[in-house]
Amino acid sequence: MKFLCVACDEPMMLNRTEGPEEGSLTVVFACPRCPNKVAMLTNPWETQLVRALDVRLGGPDASPAPLQFIRSTLARKREGLEVTDATAKTVPLVWDPAAAERLKRAPEFIQPMARQSIERFAAERGYSRITEQVMDEARIALGL
Amino acid sequence: MKKYSDIAGDGGSNILGQVAEKGERLSARLRAVKWTVAVLSGKGGVGKSAVSVNLAATLAARGHTVGILDADLNGPSIAKMLGVRGQPLRIRQGAVQPAVGPAGIRVLSMDLFLPGDETPVLWDAPTQQDSFVWRGAHEVTALREFLTDTCWGKLDFLFLDLPPGTDRLANVVGLLPEGIGTLIVTIPSEVSHLVVRKSVTVARELLKSRVVGLLENMGAYVCAHCGIPETLFHDGGSARIAWEMGIPFLGSVPFDPRISACSDRGLPFVLDHVDSPAAKAFAAVATRLEEDLR
Repeated sequence: MKFLCVACDEPMMLNRTEGPEEGSLTVVFACPRCPNKVAMLTNPWETQLVRALDVRLGGPDASPAPLQFIRSTLARKREGLEVTDATAKTVPLVWDPAAAERLKRAPEFIQPMARQSIERFAAERGYSRITEQVMDEARIALGL
Repeated sequence: MKKYSDIAGDGGSNILGQVAEKGERLSARLRAVKWTVAVLSGKGGVGKSAVSVNLAATLAARGHTVGILDADLNGPSIAKMLGVRGQPLRIRQGAVQPAVGPAGIRVLSMDLFLPGDETPVLWDAPTQQDSFVWRGAHEVTALREFLTDTCWGKLDFLFLDLPPGTDRLANVVGLLPEGIGTLIVTIPSEVSHLVVRKSVTVARELLKSRVVGLLENMGAYVCAHCGIPETLFHDGGSARIAWEMGIPFLGSVPFDPRISACSDRGLPFVLDHVDSPAAKAFAAVATRLEEDLR
């Protein structure tokens, strides 16, 4: 949608946005040549449609967070939904005896690197215990 | 007086630019995915999700890297079928790490975001009344965000498990215009075939999507005692339908009650019953996919 100042035959520029308040957005456009201004007032359906398209009046977010739209618009969601890098490192990992034994069968010089890769893979995916199945998944995912 | 096309820009929001940028980010994210395959049925209840899971597992067991996006936002089942419910989603380097299921299958599903079995998908709004006005747009945006913001990594196959309905493919083809393949699931009944024909038309003629083929699920019932296959429905002629519509017939997978039991346990049937007729049928379909999509 674009707005034209009929008197000046000039496109109007976004001046400011307000709301939503009681489901309505106020979007003000101003003519760059004359004092003329116009306010577009949306009804709740129109407001929600703009929100559903995940576009920003006035320009985009500088750097949106991952899944920002879903996390901010899902009315009912799981608590503690996601874990960032910082907290992921605090999860203690336990090696299942069978998995530990399997790692020992690898050449000695690569065991430290393999252990580190597998532990990082497991921590990123929320595993607290490294089993042989986790090792298989890591092997496929990381191409070990 | 100037017309719409005479005016460059939109006064400062650059809405079209924002939409284009989202498309570019999505394309960049999926650049490392070799094949994106939308699995749809048109008709509900044909076992589309079970097909997605077991085909993905068959391919993953052969060493392919495979992901599944559960695109059925309102009836998500893939997380349950792959035993990843409750896995925390980790954010790393600006992207969400998908849940990882058996055979390393990477999964993202709305189920991972919902607090309980009884919780439907509800979007925050002043009122849910008349939500039909904007709900569709909301869901497409959510799908786009799932695709864009998930660190899928390098994948050989990304399956999109769509909800039933011939209109559903339009949502994802609009998001992914380049090279998406469509795999249609049917059962051997004329009622299902009726809707399959519409799905093929939508995929091929309206959306210009490549139809990878038609897969018949529950084509027969193999007796667990004697191993003799018996017809479950009457012979609906899925292969004939594929021939008439000019699309590949990928094969017929027999009904096995253990498929549902494995789904409930969160383990793909094909990994637990490798020598069963159904697993062998999935293997044949997987081989067709490997050959046709090479």
